[in-house]
Amino acid sequence: MEYKFDQKARYSKTHEWVRMDGAEAVVGITDYAQNKLSDVVFTDLPAVGKVLTKESAFMVIESVKAAEEVFAPVSGAVTARNEKLVKAPELVNKDPFGDGWLVRVRLSDVKELDSLMDLASYRKLVETL
Amino acid sequence: MQTKLHDWHVRAGARMIDFSGWDMPIQYGTGPREEHLRVRSAAGLFDIDHMGRFEIAGPDSLPFLQLVQTWDISRLAEGRAHYSLLCSESGGIIDDIFLYHLPQSWLMIVNASNTAKDLSWLQSRARGMKVSLRDRGSDTCMLALQGPAAREIIRPLCEGMDIDEMGFHRVRECSLLGAGTILCTTGYTGEPGCEMLIPAGDAGRLWAAILKEGEPRGLIPCGLGARDSLRAEACLPLYGHEIDESTDPISAGLARAAVRLEGHEFIGKRALEAVASRPLSCRLVGFEMMEPGVPRQGYPVHAGGKKVGRVTTGLASPSTGRFLGMGYVDDGFADLDREVQIVIRESPKAARIVKRPFYTSPHWR
Repeated sequence: MEYKFDQKARYSKTHEWVRMDGAEAVVGITDYAQNKLSDVVFTDLPAVGKVLTKESAFMVIESVKAAEEVFAPVSGAVTARNEKLVKAPELVNKDPFGDGWLVRVRLSDVKELDSLMDLASYRKLVETL
Repeated sequence: MQTKLHDWHVRAGARMIDFSGWDMPIQYGTGPREEHLRVRSAAGLFDIDHMGRFEIAGPDSLPFLQLVQTWDISRLAEGRAHYSLLCSESGGIIDDIFLYHLPQSWLMIVNASNTAKDLSWLQSRARGMKVSLRDRGSDTCMLALQGPAAREIIRPLCEGMDIDEMGFHRVRECSLLGAGTILCTTGYTGEPGCEMLIPAGDAGRLWAAILKEGEPRGLIPCGLGARDSLRAEACLPLYGHEIDESTDPISAGLARAAVRLEGHEFIGKRALEAVASRPLSCRLVGFEMMEPGVPRQGYPVHAGGKKVGRVTTGLASPSTGRFLGMGYVDDGFADLDREVQIVIRESPKAARIVKRPFYTSPHWR
């Protein structure tokens, strides 16, 4: 199976990605994760202002198969959520690194990014699965 | 266990899952949503070789079948098929089945999850009767071709008969590209179509031939994911969800479709008469989410802050774009438009009772 990756993103062991965009971070799930989930039918997005804690579940993605928790790859407050997913949850499948993003976060500790995997390490992880 | 088409599925890149001990395709590359919509708009081909099937023959076939199942088949003519149930003495549902009246025998299709249980139960009830029960699971393969284009696809492949002469819920023996086939105009999707028993050795050849014939009409192979969402929109029960040995056919709303209390004697009849003579304590209903969320089996149904039921099936319905489900609710909460809450991860979400089925195909002739 060939998966898409994002050169500019950093990755968690639980298959979330983070990409800096100006002063904020954009968070989503990887192509590998969306493929494993199968068709996404609902995203239970957190409210703007919610404070995420690294490695804690902050929302649920419902697929045709099951409800799966999404873990925060970084800590910080949600500044925006992808409202397009309310009407079109399938964007998570179609474009996981683009239009299928989940939330924007104001990082509470930029150094947390260093603990995440870079593309090469994450690609290696996915290849072992 | 593997179906006769297992290698084809793996080569096609299907995602395989365990279903009652069978390694089955849950989806192909297109994904379950697209597969679902294709069955509603064109056609889908399903490997249903995991389904159990027994041939019942011998002079006591009719009295034996009348004893073990709930529908009065004494007037079910040859060439016809009917939905029915196997019930225990206490009225619990052992399985839901389809019965086909063939020229020299009867064919009973049962759930994959119940095949072994059903066969030993039927054998124990056949003792002392002149009836033979033959498991046709290994010498045949079973396929389902479902959707508005199904007839057009199967017609040129079928020799010696015209499928257009068959109404709904009929069965005929025919030749499918030279292979002796039992063709049934039944299905589990809410769309017109057919199910067929073909010789085991012809499985790969006929599967490929049907796909090739149907490709210009939009036919694609479909997995168990689409099969489940299609049956849920049509509100067809699934054993282990809407029905099991702790549920009875009357509370499950299957009395009209599958049970005849006015005629023959059958196992469980006394218990079902007793259920039918009293108000039901709970019943199966359909509901629609008023707040977005996906209901799933086992989620509590609440009203006025207390539990009044449980979800048996839920889905994001591809054909309607609504979040829908079925479940059992206590007496007094089953009326149409009644507001209830579905508790999704500790959070009650508004829902209301709606009519079943959720989807009726416009393609029925």
